[in-house]
Amino acid sequence: MYDFNYHKPSSVDEAVELFSDLEDAVYLAGGHTLLPSMKLRLAAPTDVIDLAGISGLSGIDHAGDDLKVGALTIHDDVATSAVVRSVIPALATLASGIGDAQVRNRGTIGGSLANSDPAADYPAAVLGLNAQLVTSKRTIAADDFFTGMFETALEEGELLTEIHFPKADTAAYVKYPNPASRYATVGVFVARTSDGIRVAITGAAPSVFRATEMERALAGDFSESALDGISLDTDRMNTDLHASAEYRAHLCMVMAKRAISQIA
Amino acid sequence: MTEKSIGKSVLRREDMRFITGKGQYTDDINLRGQAYGYFVRSPYAHADIGEVDISVATDMPGVIAVLTGQALAADEVGSLPCGWMIHSKDGSEMKQPPHPVMAAARVNYVGEPVALVVADSYMEAKNAAEVVAVDYSERDPVVAPGDARSAPAIYEDVPENTCYQWELGDREATESAIAAAAHVTSYELTNNRLIPNAMEPRAAIADFNAATEDLTLYTTSQNPHLVRLILTAFIQLAPEHRLRVIAPDVGGGFGSKIFVYSEETALAWASMKLGIAIKWTAERSESFLADAHGRDHVTTAQLAMDEQGRFLGLKVKTTANMGAYLSTFASSVPTYLYGTLLAGQYKTPNIYVEVDAVFTNTAPVDAYRGAGRPEATFLLERIVELAARETGRDPVELRRINLIQPGDFPYQTPVALEYDIGDYEASLNRALEMAEYDTFAERKAASEAKGHLRGIGFSCYIEACGLAPSQVAGQLGAGVGLWESGEVRVNPTGSVTVLTGTHSHGQGHETTFAQLVASRFGIPVDDVEVVHGDTGKLDFGLGTYGSRSLAVGGSALAKAADKVVEKGRLIAAHLLDTDAGNIDFDDGEYRVKDSNQSRTFQEIAFAAYVPHDYPLEDLEPGLAEKAFYDPGNFTYPAGTHICEVEIDPETGVVAIDRFTAVDDFGNIINPMIVEGQVHGGIAQGIGQALLETCVYDETGQLQTGSYMDYCMPRADDLPDFSVGLTNTPCTHNPVGAKGCGEAGAIGSPPAVINAITDAVGVRDIPMPATPEKIWRAIQEVRA
Amino acid sequence: MSISVTLSINGKSVTRDCPANTTLVELLREKLHLTGTHVGCDTSQCGTCTVHMNGRAIKACTILAVQCDGAEVTTIEGLGSADNLHPMQEAFRECHGLQCGFCTPGMIMSAVDLVNREENLDERVIREGLEGNICRCTGYHNIVRAVETAANRMRN
Repeated sequence: MYDFNYHKPSSVDEAVELFSDLEDAVYLAGGHTLLPSMKLRLAAPTDVIDLAGISGLSGIDHAGDDLKVGALTIHDDVATSAVVRSVIPALATLASGIGDAQVRNRGTIGGSLANSDPAADYPAAVLGLNAQLVTSKRTIAADDFFTGMFETALEEGELLTEIHFPKADTAAYVKYPNPASRYATVGVFVARTSDGIRVAITGAAPSVFRATEMERALAGDFSESALDGISLDTDRMNTDLHASAEYRAHLCMVMAKRAISQIA
Repeated sequence: MTEKSIGKSVLRREDMRFITGKGQYTDDINLRGQAYGYFVRSPYAHADIGEVDISVATDMPGVIAVLTGQALAADEVGSLPCGWMIHSKDGSEMKQPPHPVMAAARVNYVGEPVALVVADSYMEAKNAAEVVAVDYSERDPVVAPGDARSAPAIYEDVPENTCYQWELGDREATESAIAAAAHVTSYELTNNRLIPNAMEPRAAIADFNAATEDLTLYTTSQNPHLVRLILTAFIQLAPEHRLRVIAPDVGGGFGSKIFVYSEETALAWASMKLGIAIKWTAERSESFLADAHGRDHVTTAQLAMDEQGRFLGLKVKTTANMGAYLSTFASSVPTYLYGTLLAGQYKTPNIYVEVDAVFTNTAPVDAYRGAGRPEATFLLERIVELAARETGRDPVELRRINLIQPGDFPYQTPVALEYDIGDYEASLNRALEMAEYDTFAERKAASEAKGHLRGIGFSCYIEACGLAPSQVAGQLGAGVGLWESGEVRVNPTGSVTVLTGTHSHGQGHETTFAQLVASRFGIPVDDVEVVHGDTGKLDFGLGTYGSRSLAVGGSALAKAADKVVEKGRLIAAHLLDTDAGNIDFDDGEYRVKDSNQSRTFQEIAFAAYVPHDYPLEDLEPGLAEKAFYDPGNFTYPAGTHICEVEIDPETGVVAIDRFTAVDDFGNIINPMIVEGQVHGGIAQGIGQALLETCVYDETGQLQTGSYMDYCMPRADDLPDFSVGLTNTPCTHNPVGAKGCGEAGAIGSPPAVINAITDAVGVRDIPMPATPEKIWRAIQEVRA
Repeated sequence: MSISVTLSINGKSVTRDCPANTTLVELLREKLHLTGTHVGCDTSQCGTCTVHMNGRAIKACTILAVQCDGAEVTTIEGLGSADNLHPMQEAFRECHGLQCGFCTPGMIMSAVDLVNREENLDERVIREGLEGNICRCTGYHNIVRAVETAANRMRN
């Protein structure tokens, strides 16, 4: 890791202001993507802004129908939260399967979402539940947030502060982990919400996406067999050492059906 | 007091330091004033090196020196040697292109060291290494072993990139047997390339003392004496008596720490050149690139049987990838550790094997846990399985009718080895019982009832351990002897210091060897201390590889201990005023026959060092003995592994439901440690079968260069193992032991693949049998 | 950039000036000579560097020393000593849950956290709970036995 200047602001405003003043700054949350990247010298920021000194960015709140999760909330807290388990148990299940125990004790939901790794788990829940992403300057709908591989709608210096998950009627997340990295080779989040059925798939493509053909089929008949005959476009699927596009497309169907069977 | 601890699961004495964080691995050592080294490595698989501009790097903060491969060549530092000369079938010597410690003119694999930066801190060395400007001109690389012989030559004087074309066995007789057979089974396979991944990355500290001209090298080695020998006799860095090599606690090796590598060699040279201590510790990314890899065979084979299923002949043709250079023992792995094992446990009368060893622009390939024997076992146990399926025979029964029987020993195979002893059917029967083979059909039905597939796979393996004898090995091309040294020093109070030339990096020698010697003397295990891993303390030794430590090193210690007993007998006879022939030694006591007169071992020890009334012309003071043991034959551990899998057909995911291993390791000193060795070996074998593979792309870039992509077995990938033992003691060493370190990795891969292919109902699924490959196979079966 | 960091390590308050890019494991090993915490990879996966921070198992290679300012850190050296072993250390020895010993400190620290965290431990939970720690020697069989053994003792 190259040396850098370290900053630890105590408010969101201060953090955002620092970011705009500095030449090549990054925000540091749990650091479980940033620090490995810096150690491998794939990232070399001049300045690191540690968000840990900002109060109020961490925690879980249940207000009205929404579940509010602070951006600095670690995965283990989401996984073990009684509130999350009762309101959106699928979200707790998802969090309990991210990385490994040590990673879950440091990695944060905000860090994961801002990084938008194509194989990360959280984007599936955010998109599947149509969450709202609250930032230092606005609120972004999940449908508008993930713009590509490692790309989001966040502007330069814009800081993700809270995620609002609307309560779903029922939801499930089923993941096929990469055997080496334990990221999602394919992860499928299926939710029945007041807005209808949503199916979000992570790991399979350059960015998390909604499987609209599945959503349409399930709207009429919420059953595993409703998905029969759907063939996902393998052209949009990733191929890597661990899984071909064809296998990923197949896994999307299997994981989706397993999610449906958990709900139905 | 009496202490017979042989055969007891004595808890390991080395554990106390490891569980409290007090272990001392190489990277835990820091010398006053040490500098740090960082290697500039080739980013290309094949390129010519032009100018190496070190000017910017040299001026970076903290930099002491930037030493290039060209500077090393100018100092005439020798080439890294390969210790085993193989002759091709035409009688010619194998091609051994120079293996520079750091590349000066051309790089031949990604990760090859090109320069060493020495700086005050690790970070400063790394920063400066990034700005060493090397002018590379890329050349086309050769990556796949199957392409090597038809690709442009990497080395001008190595046509067709072929290191050697070796053969063993009777070609004509084997081909005749195949031609006349009732049934011939053919099989083509790739034995997947693996990266060893001991959890402790390699590391070294070279410390040259300009005042005494002594060089001390701390390094992560399985055999420090070999490091010393190669650095002195071959590379001629320092006189042998001026170089001390210390291998402190070493965090796993599995073969990868046998070899003498560029890094410690360059570090030793730089320390002498600069007159300072220099430390280097590999980052895991460097380990992936530059540790010697394992396996990487492409093979075709034919097995011939008669009408009754009796094996008549086996013909094998293998291409073995050596990588870019010959690593220390690379040439011996696909030959004498592979071809000689192709009889397995069976009475196949005719065997012929040809091996083409080829160079490619990949990291060197050398011994990795099992080294040649897993490749032989995989081929054999897969083709036997296929033969059973093709001819509609029960795979167990086909094996059984071909087994070498207890009455057949000593058994001369058609591929050079003479097995001394074994009872293969006993292990097979015990394994079938433990695996509950008789109720397998019920379990299969239960799996099918829930939509899953279940299969069972067998593997009856043999290995040759304790490489030996030196005389034979020398005739076959070995550059070193294959004996071991042992020294037993009895201190005046009766405590004992044992020195062994073998090295423990997880095998528990500090406990096992103490048990061995304590039992011979009838003293408490805690009274025996074991010293290893330091050329400054020990006689020459060959270290630990090939499951040899107890069979060869333990035998040397047993011999030395027996000499101590005899010397003690002379002392006792003197003290008790009788003839030595009149003294019995048992249970820690020297006793005059048919009398109650006796002396304890401790009393004799004290007397040995207080020779006040010795007949000094007949009896020297002191009680310490050495022995060098050169085995008369290999040892032949053997056993049966049975794997039972359940497969989710929707995803192809395999769950190993049961894994049973029954092994005959001869006499056992510490069953707990032996079982642990078996567990670890099985895990690595399952890793090869299901998870692990080293992938280079067509440009020679390593695609599996971290744990993100190279899949190591984790706790949740594996089941509990069911492990049993049988015993036919080795006939030719004083311990009766055969060796247990590699068996798990040798026996298990074919058992896993046989189980998976049985479950799916296909002929073959290449290793690693990933869920996608299995899923595709299921689709084909169902189509 | 150098920063003063104060933290509690194994119950003792420690203050050191560290460059900002110092990781916790570098502080432990290089400055405090607590070499029981190891480094086995550079991608935050092997788990050999596992320590406890404020009661949770974390990977000391993936946290800056400065992020630990004010924290309580426990390393293998602080878990128990030869004459006062933690039940997990004792169980690893009794069950032969280690061979080369390199992964062992991290494995033990993870295992302690697992037992503290999970109420219902069975073989599967233990195996899954240790997925952040790689061992190349043991095949995990005896590690699982050790965790089961220690868990019983820690709870009784």
